[in-house]
Amino acid sequence: MYHTTLGQTHFSFADLRDLLAKASVLKSGDELAGLAASSAAEREAARCCLAGLPLNLFLSELLIPYETDEVTRLIVDSHDAAAFVPVSGLSVGAFRDWLLSDMASPAALSALSSGLTPEMVAAVCKLMRNQDLVLVARKCQVVTRFRNTIGLRGHFSTRLQPNHPTDDRRGILASTLDGLMFGAGDAVIGVNPALDSVDACTGLLHMLDELRQSLNIPTQSCVLTHVTNTIACIERGAPVDLVFQSVAGTQGANAGFGIDLSLLDEAHAAAQSLQRGAVFPDGRRGQNVMYFETGQGSALSSGAHCGVDQQTMEARAYAVARRYQPLLVNTVVGFIGPEYLYDGKQIIRAGLEDHFCGKLLGLPMGCDVCYTNHAEADSDDMDVLLTMLGAAGANFIMGVPGADDIMLNYQSTSFHDAWYVRKVFGRPPAPEFAAWLEGVGLTSGGELQLPFAGLLRERLLELGR
Amino acid sequence: MSDEPGTLTPWDNLRRYTDARIAQGRVGTSVPTAELLKFQQAHALARDAVHAEADFSALSQSGLGQYAALHVRSRAAHRSEYLRRPDLGRRLHPDSARLLQAARTDPPPDVLMMVSDGLSALSVRQAQPLLDVLLPGLLALGLNTAPLLLATQARVALADEAAVILGARLVIHLIGERPGLSSPDSLGAYLTYQPTMQTLDSARNCVSNIRPAGLDAGTAARRLLYLAAEALRRGLSGVDLKDESAGPNTVLNPTTP
Repeated sequence: MYHTTLGQTHFSFADLRDLLAKASVLKSGDELAGLAASSAAEREAARCCLAGLPLNLFLSELLIPYETDEVTRLIVDSHDAAAFVPVSGLSVGAFRDWLLSDMASPAALSALSSGLTPEMVAAVCKLMRNQDLVLVARKCQVVTRFRNTIGLRGHFSTRLQPNHPTDDRRGILASTLDGLMFGAGDAVIGVNPALDSVDACTGLLHMLDELRQSLNIPTQSCVLTHVTNTIACIERGAPVDLVFQSVAGTQGANAGFGIDLSLLDEAHAAAQSLQRGAVFPDGRRGQNVMYFETGQGSALSSGAHCGVDQQTMEARAYAVARRYQPLLVNTVVGFIGPEYLYDGKQIIRAGLEDHFCGKLLGLPMGCDVCYTNHAEADSDDMDVLLTMLGAAGANFIMGVPGADDIMLNYQSTSFHDAWYVRKVFGRPPAPEFAAWLEGVGLTSGGELQLPFAGLLRERLLELGR
Repeated sequence: MSDEPGTLTPWDNLRRYTDARIAQGRVGTSVPTAELLKFQQAHALARDAVHAEADFSALSQSGLGQYAALHVRSRAAHRSEYLRRPDLGRRLHPDSARLLQAARTDPPPDVLMMVSDGLSALSVRQAQPLLDVLLPGLLALGLNTAPLLLATQARVALADEAAVILGARLVIHLIGERPGLSSPDSLGAYLTYQPTMQTLDSARNCVSNIRPAGLDAGTAARRLLYLAAEALRRGLSGVDLKDESAGPNTVLNPTTP
């Protein structure tokens, strides 16, 4: 039980889960779960109480029992006590001050990440303003490699998302070429299949790989199907670069996705064994082979949130992702709908929280800046989130033709949006990909061009005939 | 090179392959005015589709022939409650639960089918051509079906509770998907073997994007008949039931209403 008095009113909180939930920024998903603070004053009381708690309390007081949840076991067993030392004596409130101070240099934050648990990061997140989330995340650099180098300071990547409602190959190819002509696709060229059979996915993998090889593009491809399908594709000899999977923060929520850690272990090992990544100048092969997607509310939506608020639960999903040194982690922030994130204000906040928590835990965070048609949000809200993530140093965003995904039925960011970020913040794509764009004439001095010749133009003409 | 926005993306002939917003042109690197206005108009139409009410009159009056239909509703009283409270959309209103209890049969049906508004009431217009193939197909498989349920303010799991009450072994739920900008009326079909009130999404098979410009109703119906026969033969559905007929078998479709 935790207590505090704010003015004349006394507040008490049943346990650490209750305190964290009530200290959270208002979200419709926490209201739906019956976990949210019942008044603004109660929320501030919870924050005051939380600010005074020692950070190391989260190592002894577990939100979800060790015995019954393999994600808790992963968090506890992989905690790096030596890395935790610089902040081990701080309270949650003092940890916020430390993060914003000059002591928290990029090197110090990088060294600290394995010493932090998702719950510590979620707790401090609840005390931070949006600008704090931007400023601290900006100091974290998380670099990953497969065929190019993603996440370098000052760079900014895009996933090319050429989805088609029936997986028509020419339709997917048309959207892919549209994106390439805009210089998109250095994070990954990744298709969400509508037809989710192993045969269909294998066909798409071959098509994307053939395109990549014929144009010699320094990037990777992915078909975002269930991990069991990808394992089957690998067994059939399909060209699998990255393994995709949605992950969540409890064993039960992962069961809702049809996965557990041993299945992810198997997929990770299978993809690494293919050794399809490039060998870089340092002699090492790019072996970041996982692509994870997450999003606040997914655990509640499968009834497996265990009474924990959605922002803390999202941070726990990052513990699952962290185990596999992924190439990309994408919080699909506004996709889940208004019952979890009601409007533009809540979507913007959640996107910044997720990016901050992921980066602090050492993950290569990107964000699907997005909304659905049943949420109270529009493209103006997305412009705000996009700009703040550009300032925060997000590794990547999505690139969807005209921001309209005609298969998944939601609005994301467009190729034009990526250029907006490039222009405002001066952030070019991954260096290998940027060099390729210059080489094929798609950019000149970093400015977008229309090449009148070359392989890409030929492919356009060929498909257009 | 001209400064016309469209001339900077001269591959609009590729639009014949996709409804995606490709070859939009650019002003500098931004979206030209004409495309911006088109996008905002489409968003306005989709917003309106979310808030429309389902019209089952065509389906229940003329479309079902020998098959009976019953109207049911969830516990969500209205659209705004439905949008914020998916838990209420997964539970039958007590009046509807009583209606189904009174409709129980001995022996119980093999298959229960539900058609519902979900997130796009406009999508129920896709149900008729699907049922035209599906209902005779189930009969041809030797399966008996419960009365068709027409449901409002429904989430996918609403059909689970109905199947539990009626004792059906398999449930197929045709439900309006989240409207997209260019597809405000897309239908999804969720197939679940022996649903319970605790069924996880991973135990469902989904055939999505059923509409004339997406997956046609005949193909969707054949996939569902294949999955229905396999689910009943093998006694399972979901991630362990792969559609080896190379058909849609989207496990955990993220647009699930």
